[in-house]
Amino acid sequence: MTKAIDQKPSLTRRKTLKTLGAGALAASVGCYVQAQSSAPIKVGFQVHRTGIGAAYGRWYDRTTQAAVAKINAEGGINGRPLEIVAEDDGTDPKRGAEVVEKFATQHGCDIAFGTLFSHVVFGSSPRAGELKLPYFVVSEGHHVASGKLNRYTLQPGITDVKSQVQAMAPYVAETLGKKVTMIYPDFAFGHDHRDYFSAALEAQGGEVIAKIAIPPTETSFTKYFPKIPRDTEVIYHVMVGPAVLTFVKEMGEFFGPSKPQIFGFIDSLEAVDLSSPGLEFLEDTYFWEGHPRYAQANQTEYDKTYRAAVGVDNNGASISDPKDVSTYAHMFGCWETLHIVKAGMEAADYQGPGDRSKLIEAVEAMTDMPASDAHPQGAKVFNGRTHQVFGHQYISRVEGGKLVLAHTTSIEDTLYEDEVDYTTQSF
Amino acid sequence: MSSARSAHILHLGVLGLLFAAFFLLPAYHQGNLARILVLAVYAMGYNLLFGYTGLLSLGHAVFFAAGMYGLGLAMHLGGATPAPAFLAGMIAALLVAGVIGSLALRTVGVAFMIVTLMFAQAGYLTILYFGTYTRGDEGFVIPQTARALWGFDLTDPTNRYFAALILFAVVLLFIGWLVNTSFGRSLIAIRENEERARMLGYDVQRAKWIAVTLSGLLSGMSGAAYALLFGYAGATFASVQYSILPLLWVLLGGAGTTIGPLVGTIFMFYLIDFASEVTSAYMLVAGVAFVLLTLFAPTGIAGELRRRALPWLP
Amino acid sequence: MDLGPYLLLASLEGAITASILALTAVGLSLVFGVMRVVNVAHGEFFMLGAVASWFVATYLGTHPAIGFIAALLIAPLLVGALAATADWLVLRRINYDPERTIVATIGLLYILQQGTLMTFGPDARPVEPPFNQRLAIPWPSFEGGFHLTWPWGLGTTSYKLFIIAAAITILFGLWVLMSRTKIGLIMRATQLDRDMAQAFGIPVERVYALVFGLGAGLAALAAVLIVPVQQAHYLMGGDPLLLSFIVVIIGGLGSLPGTVIAAVLIGLSDGIISVFFSPTLAKILATLLVALVLVFRPQGLLGKRIA
Repeated sequence: MTKAIDQKPSLTRRKTLKTLGAGALAASVGCYVQAQSSAPIKVGFQVHRTGIGAAYGRWYDRTTQAAVAKINAEGGINGRPLEIVAEDDGTDPKRGAEVVEKFATQHGCDIAFGTLFSHVVFGSSPRAGELKLPYFVVSEGHHVASGKLNRYTLQPGITDVKSQVQAMAPYVAETLGKKVTMIYPDFAFGHDHRDYFSAALEAQGGEVIAKIAIPPTETSFTKYFPKIPRDTEVIYHVMVGPAVLTFVKEMGEFFGPSKPQIFGFIDSLEAVDLSSPGLEFLEDTYFWEGHPRYAQANQTEYDKTYRAAVGVDNNGASISDPKDVSTYAHMFGCWETLHIVKAGMEAADYQGPGDRSKLIEAVEAMTDMPASDAHPQGAKVFNGRTHQVFGHQYISRVEGGKLVLAHTTSIEDTLYEDEVDYTTQSF
Repeated sequence: MSSARSAHILHLGVLGLLFAAFFLLPAYHQGNLARILVLAVYAMGYNLLFGYTGLLSLGHAVFFAAGMYGLGLAMHLGGATPAPAFLAGMIAALLVAGVIGSLALRTVGVAFMIVTLMFAQAGYLTILYFGTYTRGDEGFVIPQTARALWGFDLTDPTNRYFAALILFAVVLLFIGWLVNTSFGRSLIAIRENEERARMLGYDVQRAKWIAVTLSGLLSGMSGAAYALLFGYAGATFASVQYSILPLLWVLLGGAGTTIGPLVGTIFMFYLIDFASEVTSAYMLVAGVAFVLLTLFAPTGIAGELRRRALPWLP
Repeated sequence: MDLGPYLLLASLEGAITASILALTAVGLSLVFGVMRVVNVAHGEFFMLGAVASWFVATYLGTHPAIGFIAALLIAPLLVGALAATADWLVLRRINYDPERTIVATIGLLYILQQGTLMTFGPDARPVEPPFNQRLAIPWPSFEGGFHLTWPWGLGTTSYKLFIIAAAITILFGLWVLMSRTKIGLIMRATQLDRDMAQAFGIPVERVYALVFGLGAGLAALAAVLIVPVQQAHYLMGGDPLLLSFIVVIIGGLGSLPGTVIAAVLIGLSDGIISVFFSPTLAKILATLLVALVLVFRPQGLLGKRIA
């Protein structure tokens, strides 16, 4: 299904860009003699429209549409417009694989792109590899860099959980406390947090004194909180799914007035309004953010432009509905990935599916990506061997019901040794 | 022409059609059909218990997953090659089905539904609990290089299609044969009237246990084949919705018919696939289709064919 | 936390689970008992109750207590009416055939989920509780003479206690309805013998629609009670369906007291087992326990053995 561009009423800037771009496009198309070379580049967009990831999917969709509008307004890729072919994967690995197959063999897409939930990435990636379809994921899983996938799967637009988690350890140990209790979902994503954070914290002289894994589909949490040891200095929490708000609220009710330091991954409250009833106790607690949800005092021009293009206000909510909170910490990955695809295709002089391996080599050759309109989240370094990008991480503190940036990690803090060299695999 | 004979001709006809389909269909539908054939084996396994024996299980995902993880873990952790790994998957499914069957068959009717549901749920949680080995919900990939059976690269679309077709054909012919044996007839007798079957001297309990175990084994073979042909094993396949799916496929296609499971699996796959091209609200379309089918084709598609046009349909 | 206070806290949490579960499951049990069909969409009626509660609270936009009371009245009625309509349009026409009902209600489940996704959206949305004070709970200590201590973390909220009280009240009301009124008598007569009831001039079809609506309304009512704690989400119906299904069977098919007892047992054991084991292991054990109860007592706790 070809997705019509999401119409939002207040995007005058984007409309202007579109009009300008149409002119630019017309001009650049004129340069090409062959009609074929002006055919659109088709990007298969695997989107979580239904299932557990739907809240993320909706914002991934909006960000993607905005990025495509911008890229097309600026003349497309090698003079050819981008066209998004969106298919729902139902946040299900089986359907995910079927959708990738559909992109390659039915729609004739040039690449596949998009998905967030790591089980969908795992389910889909083998098919992408077999079909030799470049598969750009925006998932923050450690799956790509761990070497478990294949040469056709890349994650150039968002950092992975291992680097995020280990970069938090120095700040947690130095500023918040050394005795940490971790609460995380009892599946692979939670286990990654458990393993990488425990190791990184020990390297900082701290210690994880309790690990509480919550089964998925759990809807009430108070009964688990007494497992938190009394001498805990810091609680480290990361939860996903529809029950996250209950989790955070019940934690507040459990501790009452005597809470330890609390550090959470914003995944626990992604797409949730911080002013929701029951969240008052989060005041003075800390969050990892992939990209600061609230516009900060030192906001870059790039963030400002990006925010406006996607239609997000200064509080991280939709311009048209302040109750509709975005998944700001993750969705920038769609924007940045599409810009990398553009850069890669232009470097490879991409003409069609025959140049897919050239595209992958071009992306593998990338290294530094300075902050820019293409990279509004900040500067990044891409590792072509592991197919994974590295970048700054942000730690924010809740002040007056808003997230205020307290610390920005260096990129060096997020680096770790290579676990794979995909460039040695054949195409 | 006897009905057994026409059934035989029908099965061979279906297989011939599927063979020809590979050469006629475009790549996308070839790929889909390979998937459908593997999943239809799951549906046929389910149908053996539900359609022929009259036992409604809500926990078949645990058998599918047993096969999938039996093969997957043998290859992933044990470094086994596909043939012994497939055998490991079959053994895993056989054991799980044998044990669950012997416990669950102490119950009947809705209690049987709940007990199977609970065992499957426990199985799903166990996969998550041992996340160190199974990688829980995320699952693991079986690398392309390892997926070669006796020199045939199973990631090649042609090999994959025919591997799926061979598995499907073996199971279809087996079921077609089984339901005409005296054992098969005893299962149908149990479905129709368990008391009378007992009076007639059938060992009902034993027959039911064999049916559960066999059904679990076929489901496990489907799971193992799915992991082998599509390169992925994950806990999602052990979740409740994958226990409901074969029930739905069988009911839509026609319970207690040999080709119903295939028909139902094809129908549901393409219903979702086409509807999702037209609208993002494809679940709505599927929901309405289910309601309409129950209203106008109460015995499923193949069941309706048998009732209206082809009374000899097996 | 010491074991004693922890057990108290876990039991309290279990009691809240049990209250909601009892209401939801009694709804399913009624449908099951009277109509002999498995309503797979029962969890979706629970979800709709929560969603309706959010819409009512948001669009009234007044004090949370007013929104809550309005939702308590409106949501179950709306959901009940919707369910009765579905019964009239679909289930009645397929003659309540058990297998076809499963497919039809799965279809209904898809329709309701997708409909909610398109109108309400994919987010989990909170509803403010009408009142919500945190209550610390004292614990007796005998060290150095009897006195009360206030263990760290031992507490609940006034709203959570209200849920338990409200559930007990509603269940009592339902008992009165079933045992002391004419409509209750009619429902029980239909449950005992459909044909006989019909022969005595009971409009069985209308009773069925009423029962289906009442069952869905009870699920919606349970959801209105829990949504200030748990938020409305379009996929929230899965767990209540499975759990209440289990509760109905464990309790003994069609036995309302059995259903309530089973809900209390399952709610409490879920809380208490979680004290002693790691969370996921506790879930596995609780699940196997349910299976084994049925294996060794297939008719359920208060059910009669079918010969």
